[in-house]
Amino acid sequence: MATRQTQLLARSLLTPAVGLLFIWMIVPLALTIYFSTLHYSLLDPGSEEFVGLENFRYFLTDPAFLASLQNTLVLVGSVLALTILLGIPLALLLDQPVIGRNFVRLMVIAPFFVMPTVSALVWKNLLMHPVSGLFAWLAKLVGLTPVDWFNDVPLFSVILIVAWQWLPFATLILLTALQSLDEEQKEAAEMDGASAVSTFIYITLPHLARPITVVILIETIFLLTVFAEIFVTTGGGPGLQTTNIAFLIYSQALIQFDVGSASAGGLVAVVIANIVAFFLVRIVGRNLEA
Amino acid sequence: MGQITLQDVQKSFGPVHIIKGADLDIADGSFVVFVGPSGCGKTTLLRLIAGLEDVSGGKILIDGKNVVDTPPAKRGLSMVFQSYALYPHMSVRGNIGFGLKMAGLPKDEINRKVEAAAATLNLTPYLDRKPRELSGGQRQRVAIGRAIVREPKAFLFDEPLSNLDAALRVQMRIEVTRLQKQLGTTAIYVTHDQVEAMTMADKIVVLNGGKIEQYGSPLELYERPANLFVTGESALQRGAATIGVRPEHLRIEREGAGGWQGTISVAEHLGSDTFLYVDAGPLGMLTARYIGELSLHAGDRVSLVPDPQRIHRFDDGGNALRG
Amino acid sequence: MARMATRQRVVISTIGAWLFGFLIFFPILWMVLASFKTELEAFAIPPSFLFFHWTLENYVTVQERSDYFHHAMNSVIIAGGSTLIALLIAIPAAWSMAFSPTKRTKDILLWMLSTKMMPPVGVLVPIYLIYKTVGLLDSRIGLVFILCLGNLPIVIWMLFTYFKEIPRDILEAARMDGATIGRELVYVLTPMAIPGLASTLLLNLILAWNEAFWTLNLSTSNAAPLTTFIASYSSPEGLFWAKLSAASTLAIAPILVLGWFSQKQLVRGLTFGAVK
Repeated sequence: MATRQTQLLARSLLTPAVGLLFIWMIVPLALTIYFSTLHYSLLDPGSEEFVGLENFRYFLTDPAFLASLQNTLVLVGSVLALTILLGIPLALLLDQPVIGRNFVRLMVIAPFFVMPTVSALVWKNLLMHPVSGLFAWLAKLVGLTPVDWFNDVPLFSVILIVAWQWLPFATLILLTALQSLDEEQKEAAEMDGASAVSTFIYITLPHLARPITVVILIETIFLLTVFAEIFVTTGGGPGLQTTNIAFLIYSQALIQFDVGSASAGGLVAVVIANIVAFFLVRIVGRNLEA
Repeated sequence: MGQITLQDVQKSFGPVHIIKGADLDIADGSFVVFVGPSGCGKTTLLRLIAGLEDVSGGKILIDGKNVVDTPPAKRGLSMVFQSYALYPHMSVRGNIGFGLKMAGLPKDEINRKVEAAAATLNLTPYLDRKPRELSGGQRQRVAIGRAIVREPKAFLFDEPLSNLDAALRVQMRIEVTRLQKQLGTTAIYVTHDQVEAMTMADKIVVLNGGKIEQYGSPLELYERPANLFVTGESALQRGAATIGVRPEHLRIEREGAGGWQGTISVAEHLGSDTFLYVDAGPLGMLTARYIGELSLHAGDRVSLVPDPQRIHRFDDGGNALRG
Repeated sequence: MARMATRQRVVISTIGAWLFGFLIFFPILWMVLASFKTELEAFAIPPSFLFFHWTLENYVTVQERSDYFHHAMNSVIIAGGSTLIALLIAIPAAWSMAFSPTKRTKDILLWMLSTKMMPPVGVLVPIYLIYKTVGLLDSRIGLVFILCLGNLPIVIWMLFTYFKEIPRDILEAARMDGATIGRELVYVLTPMAIPGLASTLLLNLILAWNEAFWTLNLSTSNAAPLTTFIASYSSPEGLFWAKLSAASTLAIAPILVLGWFSQKQLVRGLTFGAVK
């Protein structure tokens, strides 16, 4: 394959993709950086002026930023914990000889294919409605007071919905990894007299370390920018209780029309995401050697 | 016709010189085997001839015409790959006939030729199967069929038998040799297996470190090996030089009968042959071969007496010293 | 499973797995059931599970509201269009990197991946303003373009991993058989790559169909796909649960079916080959 002709052809075939992605990355980012140094409000056009780092100072010291940063971290951390802690036993279960395993697989993966707006609305109304939702009915059935989910525990409600959407992903990644675990390794451990528990701790869990890292990194990338679920359920409220950074930036840009401050916030989000991406790219990159 | 000449062919990947100037004349109709340790450049040299890699310097002449700028498709050669490289989505018929289809031959002619080739290779019952439905040996035959059907100027074989089990390897070895003689087409065959090299070749090319070290008939190489790799001999350090003796040129005697003393660490009784792996103390491990059965066992002490006519001497680089 | 499974073990794990699976699937099932209820029954307490008056009324209503079809059509055009364009750009690029790699290929791939890591909120403001200026807000073309670029890295990565699995030997064999590069692509590479192409296409369709950041922010009515349309039900009136469910069922059904077909490749594709 390594003839000059093919190499030349290959270079020219690669160019459009690289060029487009480069423009797609560099132009909006440069504009964001530029806007972030301006006083720029869509309500007050023509008044743009250079303000240096004023927008960053404003955005970072805004109590809304700290609240939304905390919400973002709680959201990401809780969803990660839920999906992995539930995903491991679920994957182990599906790795067992189960009658109709393929059908169970289909049921488990299904939430992943549901568009975020649909799952958010179904949970908000059909399941979590304080009067007519299924959960309220179940609570009354066992003699409890129904929870007013989106008023009493708004962030937790959002976490539940998002965790439901991402549990399939974590489970299937872990299951794929489990199925690639050499059965003979487990049998060898068994011959060495290891119990089921120690086989899990010494053989299975180390084997899952890498897929768990991958799940954490990929979910983090997506969870940092959860938007639709908040947009259709709580609109960031009550108060700031469910406003994450993505939603805060959205509301500053498209509700308060403060372009400068929203841009500064956007850059903060880019920096946070890049810290995660750095580790993910390293893990994936190692895999490319083969 | 299929006469291939290499003139100072060189290949480097960046700063790494894989082929450091190879000169070679391959006569029409001959069966030439490239042999050498892994990394010696034998496969690269084959791929240069095929045109799958560009040369960095030198000329490759096929029937007197320099082909270094000719794409592989136009060189009139065919190749059998180590992995067979069959097209998984085509039937056996489609696989064998693909080259003819590319050459634009009419359909009935393609069919006629494919069926003739299949008959030669005992593939007729499998013509409509897909490669995945075939055994390893059958896939191998399809790969060969694909090569012969185009009536090329030369066949290129890249370690084609290395994925087969031992018995099948022997059978295919014989079959490939027979087929090549019958067609009279030039063949270049890459292998690291010395038995294949010895049994199949008209001429053997010994490559080492990107250089052609020796070029000659199998018997010439057997009698006068150019380096230690060629011989597969027991090597003994003698000062700055190394001497080598083939296992079959060591006479096995009772202990104390002269020669080299040692203890048998492993004895392999194959019936027709007996191989003794002898720990000769400071001399290291020696291998001796006895034709027929010999009732000696691990732990027995023996003397190994070399045939003085058959001792080869090498310098410390492993290259032969000629008197 | 090389080990002999005892009967007891099979029974226990089967019950456990089905229970878990059912719980996870339940919200979807519940939504589908609600879509066949009357609005009153959908809202009723205690809820009825199977013994209610089954009706197709909601689906008829949803069909009659022509705006549902308008939005469904937008979804098809936006998801389909962005996928096709992404494939057209990605196939040559992935071919090039898989079969003629250079020292920089790995860096280029990782760089492409890193563009996917950039959070969309980071560039929401300039994209919104650019779209506003050039009149692409609430336009299908604008959404096609942005979803295409957003998913391009994933498409290239998936295709690259599939192409990588095609042995070079086979392409070289075609070359030895006298095929030109064009014919090699048509007769050998494409037929062998079809499974990979198909699952890449599916994955991208699903991602684009469900995309709910750009679609919510850049479309309001004309170009609004189903994600935006469904979001408009978020107003607190509970009286439309059955219709919401019917519309939602229609919106997710095609993608759920496609997803079920391609689940294995899909999950693998999303890890960029880091889990095999």
